[in-house]
Amino acid sequence: MSAWAFIRFYTILVYTFMFAPIAVVLLLAFNNSQFGGFPIDGLSLRWFAELFENEAIMRAFRTSFILGLMTAAVATTVGILAALALVRYQFRGKDWVTTFLISPVLVPETVLAVGLLIFLRWLHMPRSFTLLLLGHSIIALPFVVLVVQARLVGIRREYEEAARSLGASPVQTFFSVTFPLLLPAIFAGALFAFTISFDNITATIFWRPSGMETVPTQIFGMLRHSVSPEINALGFVMICITVGVPLLAGGLARYFSRRKV
Amino acid sequence: MPDTATPIDKRPLVLLTPAFIAITALVVIPMSFILVYSFYENVDLAVDRVAFQFGNWQALFSDNYYHSAIWKTLRISVVVTVLAAVLGYLPAYFIAMTTFRHKWLLLLLLILPFWVSFIIRTLSWIHILGNQGALNGLFLWLGLTDEPLQMMFSEFSVMVGLIHVFLPYMILNIYVSLEGIDRNLEPAARTLGATPWQAFREVTLPLSLPGLAAGSLLVFVLTGGSYVTPLILGGPSDFLFGNLIYDAVVTELNWPMGATLSFTLLVLLGSVVILYSRFMGLNQLSKAFG
Repeated sequence: MSAWAFIRFYTILVYTFMFAPIAVVLLLAFNNSQFGGFPIDGLSLRWFAELFENEAIMRAFRTSFILGLMTAAVATTVGILAALALVRYQFRGKDWVTTFLISPVLVPETVLAVGLLIFLRWLHMPRSFTLLLLGHSIIALPFVVLVVQARLVGIRREYEEAARSLGASPVQTFFSVTFPLLLPAIFAGALFAFTISFDNITATIFWRPSGMETVPTQIFGMLRHSVSPEINALGFVMICITVGVPLLAGGLARYFSRRKV
Repeated sequence: MPDTATPIDKRPLVLLTPAFIAITALVVIPMSFILVYSFYENVDLAVDRVAFQFGNWQALFSDNYYHSAIWKTLRISVVVTVLAAVLGYLPAYFIAMTTFRHKWLLLLLLILPFWVSFIIRTLSWIHILGNQGALNGLFLWLGLTDEPLQMMFSEFSVMVGLIHVFLPYMILNIYVSLEGIDRNLEPAARTLGATPWQAFREVTLPLSLPGLAAGSLLVFVLTGGSYVTPLILGGPSDFLFGNLIYDAVVTELNWPMGATLSFTLLVLLGSVVILYSRFMGLNQLSKAFG
């Protein structure tokens, strides 16, 4: 076997390692058996039906969804402004500023969670939805800055200068030139922030008020007993959302950018 | 310097202000605050008293329970990082060097796990390694064993889960640095008489080290800070340092001790990050997003 054939075989094995467990969850979601694992008794959609009738799970879904949207709004707004400063302007100490902006990633999430929890407790602010929102936003912020920054580098300033020289006011220029050009970056950042919030469990366990569950903490609670078939069905739905939405968005973006050219 | 003549441009400062305020209020101040809080005294469940005493730190330094947890966390983090590097290097090399027409698909598949829920990816291993799991089913069917192998709820399953979740970080970082290497270098080395292996070892491997280091740092720090994976995939004795924090804060409601342990973890993992940035700088870490 040549070296290259070995590398290819090895790559296939590693990809199998990465995706086989996920595929198993997707498959078991359709298992008719009342246990959440193998063997497969036959295919059915009953666990999806049970899922939508489970009030606790649906409530967790709504919480996660609202939290994700609000986190996306906050983190993207703050992140876009910071990324604009980094890409558009030259100033001293830029490396330090960049390091500071990505510093929340460098703090272990467990420590970040405990620190914020204890600090807000000291300020007499108990665990709340606001704490979750602030916390998720700060966790997502560095990723939003990095993703948006990478997108912004490609936008040339000449477009804005052209609009200005043709007589547009700064406000007009922003809304008719800058903003449309920024849209893909805004969208990418918001999607990223939503996914980070929707998926977070490490910090959420510390921050959530008692009685409030997000989808991951709900699954975590349900796991105490065993893997129920409902968890597999829930996993299927979650994967469809968190993988399907970005894929669809990316596909549409490619489709439209091709049509324009 | 022409910059000094013109007045300082305030616009970037204005744009950066919200992010600065947010990070200062939600990260910097809380991080300093856990140090202050670690000197407080725990009176009862969820009740603590403002104090300046070293009881929590004394417990940390004298109790063997904490020491062994630190060593165990360090050991597992090193093993997971090394295994992730071993598993991840060749696929990264393959993606970077392949002439396969649908290379974008391989890259997409590499990013896909980031979008799949962490808890789903973690619990999926129960279906693979459990007594009723796919592997045991396969072994029994092949007649390799008579009864299911106990693989679940052990240090082994915890490590498998951690590697599975963090491997994409490793592959992506190595890939980014391999992709940046000039494609003519390896053929040039070959022309000068190097064997393929020599060309790889002397040219490609050294040039890909920044990516390998960045990936290793991420996997190490992420593993060192985890506590959810051991809770789901581990047995009662398979805990990491993060689990002690979880127990102190969530279960025992002993917040001063939780603060002490958190600050310890911050110092331990923070010194690894600082050591890394001294040698490599932090730029490599952000390249993977480009």
